[in-house]
Amino acid sequence: MAVELKMPALSPTMEEGSLAKWLVKEGDEVRSGDILAEIETDKATMEFEAVDEGVIASILIAEGTDNVKVGTVIAMIAAEGEDASAVAAPAPAAEPVVTQAAAVQVAPPSQQMSVAKSDPAIPAGTAMVTLTLREALRDAMAEEMRREENVFVMGEEVAEYQGAYKVTQGLLDEFGPDRVIDTPITEYGFAGIGTGAAMGGLRPVIEFMTFNFAMQAIDHIINSAAKTNYMSGGQMRCPIVFRGPNGAAARVGAQHSQNYAPWYASVPGLIVISPYDAADAKGLMKAAIRCEDPVVFLENELLYGRSFEVPDMDDYVLPIGKARIMREGSDVTIVSYSIGVGMALEAADILAGEGISAEVLDLRTIRPLDKAAVLQSLAKTNRLVIAEEGWPVCSVGSEIIAICMEEGFDDLDAPVIRVTNEDVPMPYAANLEQMALIHPAKIADACRKLF
Amino acid sequence: MAKAPAKKTTTAATKKAAAISGDSALHNRERPEAPKPYKATAEEMLSFYKEMLLIRRFEEKAGQLYGLGLIGGFCHLYIGQEAVAIGLQSALTPGKDSVITGYRDHGHMLAYGIDPNIIMAELTGRAAGISRGKGGSMHMFSTEHKFYGGHGIVGAQVSLGAGLAFKHKYSKDGGVCLAYFGDGAANQGQVYESFNMAELWKLPIIFVIENNQYAMGTSVNRASSEDQLYRRGESFRIPGIQVDGMDVLAVRGAAETALEWVRGCKGPILLEMKTYRYRGHSMSDPAKYRSRDEVQSMRDNSDPIEQAKKRLLEMGVSEESIKEIDKDIRAVVSEAADFAENSPEPNASELYTDILVEQY
Repeated sequence: MAVELKMPALSPTMEEGSLAKWLVKEGDEVRSGDILAEIETDKATMEFEAVDEGVIASILIAEGTDNVKVGTVIAMIAAEGEDASAVAAPAPAAEPVVTQAAAVQVAPPSQQMSVAKSDPAIPAGTAMVTLTLREALRDAMAEEMRREENVFVMGEEVAEYQGAYKVTQGLLDEFGPDRVIDTPITEYGFAGIGTGAAMGGLRPVIEFMTFNFAMQAIDHIINSAAKTNYMSGGQMRCPIVFRGPNGAAARVGAQHSQNYAPWYASVPGLIVISPYDAADAKGLMKAAIRCEDPVVFLENELLYGRSFEVPDMDDYVLPIGKARIMREGSDVTIVSYSIGVGMALEAADILAGEGISAEVLDLRTIRPLDKAAVLQSLAKTNRLVIAEEGWPVCSVGSEIIAICMEEGFDDLDAPVIRVTNEDVPMPYAANLEQMALIHPAKIADACRKLF
Repeated sequence: MAKAPAKKTTTAATKKAAAISGDSALHNRERPEAPKPYKATAEEMLSFYKEMLLIRRFEEKAGQLYGLGLIGGFCHLYIGQEAVAIGLQSALTPGKDSVITGYRDHGHMLAYGIDPNIIMAELTGRAAGISRGKGGSMHMFSTEHKFYGGHGIVGAQVSLGAGLAFKHKYSKDGGVCLAYFGDGAANQGQVYESFNMAELWKLPIIFVIENNQYAMGTSVNRASSEDQLYRRGESFRIPGIQVDGMDVLAVRGAAETALEWVRGCKGPILLEMKTYRYRGHSMSDPAKYRSRDEVQSMRDNSDPIEQAKKRLLEMGVSEESIKEIDKDIRAVVSEAADFAENSPEPNASELYTDILVEQY
């Protein structure tokens, strides 16, 4: 059967081109791989190769012709044994096949689709134990490692050194070097190895000494871990936890003081958790390790040594994607996460002395964000402030403001205000650093402005 | 094992230094045996031929469909490199060993016997595609075959592959990971981070550099200070072997050697496959950085499929039966193209599926 040779699209954007030169003539025998013609695209001159074997029966577009639409039949090839002279030219140029973009607008599934999960009830009479955040995180990892053979911990200094910040203390002794693994200082490499291991079916917990160093590995977190389930049509799982301290520590300067929550929270395919207290850190770390999706778990160095009450339960697992009211109030809502929650609670104390009742909402999970909890609290207090230890521009606070504008506008009695760090790289000098950081008095000030 | 060219001048002092430091350590290390060309039976040779030809015809058809606007975006063809995927993957144990590669991935999937229809349908972005139309040419996976992609970021598959090898070792499942990357990726930093950890932890992984001589438009010599890429693992104590990647039997022979080394718990090994791509880097590359003669000379003198065909004829397989195979493969590819062209696009409801596994 004769084969139609059509004007090829030679780049993703090409719609037409010039047939610069024919390198064959009618009657020529061609083999697969032979160059038939030169075609000029908007970017380059390309050689057009034969795919099929046969004889050039007719050339329909002369060389030198410009603006030949992609898909136009430019020549006919007669197959082996076919009479080339009998091959007819096709009916006038068929329209090129162009796939249609879906005309239907699709709305993202609403937050309401998932049933709101709540924290597990703590049975009456459950004892509370006092744990530091660091201990709570360690206990969470140890419990999950006991429960599931496929969970392992990998990172710099996590094993023999017992953790750069001692979060993995004791894990090597209990689980041995096959499951608690020291790596060289090669974040990109070990983040990739962890991601590959998760694709293979393990459940890695990858520690970054701090998230500042994870920028060297962000390609694997986003391009490899977050997107592969989608790109594979749901075949490839990546149940991994990337964890470590995030945000400003103390006096470590600009390169070691940064909050990455907004970066990761903008990526579909990732779960981003950033807890404040030890109970949430424990319950959410256990949930993160059990989760089938890749999780970025942002801790805070300044909180590691702080002690909190943690329920003394065998298996304390919290729901991902659920905010928590830390303090009830009726006049203004302060939304925060991570270390900002402690400052928001202090601000609420200050305001209480002035007769302002502030509600403090801890987001706990940044992605997916518990919009319903934000909007419910706004509906109750009609005023909202966001307290965030991080930069103001394109922050989690910016996102909360957008949500309030789009879905809570009628509930607003005042503009929503962001209280954040200053919009500067973190300075080293003690006085400048204090000026750059968020603190409770700034949050209280912002709340007062709303009345 | 390929030999490094001898140094021209060596002074007594450098000789002495070499004897006490690096070089002696290098020579005292255990090395794999030099691979021997694989002795294929006529039946095996026939299946190598068929599989390579399937890749060739499939890729030619993909190029054609791209030209018709049915395949969009980037499309990197494997034409010329067929012997690498077939020679290596024919030596693996399906379901036990894992494979990972970059974006030039169609051939590796076909080498694993994955249905050409669903690969082609992915290229055209259809619901029946192996990634349900959501991945495209560069992002295809088959967990059933332990084929883990199909990755679009140059070099990423090397660390991911080391992770798959880590899984084999952790789970003691006896599997080996085959991680392919190109001569371009061989200059990425994460490759060396992965080499270091893979050797340190004796991970069961075969690193395969498909050296097709050009990283997009930049030749190896213009981009690599050490252009003998098989040596790139030496400073990590990973032995390297240079292989004629245009000869399926040489490739298969090297695969046997590498598998013996890795399955013997001796850690990773590096194979440099000297190969050649006939087409441009991607469909929109006019390939002006090399001469037409260079390409033609490779096609005429080193074509992996022609070499296999010649061997088949020598083995007594008739010209007619080879023609019959060609015809059958054209039919398979033609059916794949029809399937890919006529399958529906994904339903609009698929836009928001598979982002997360769980509901929150």
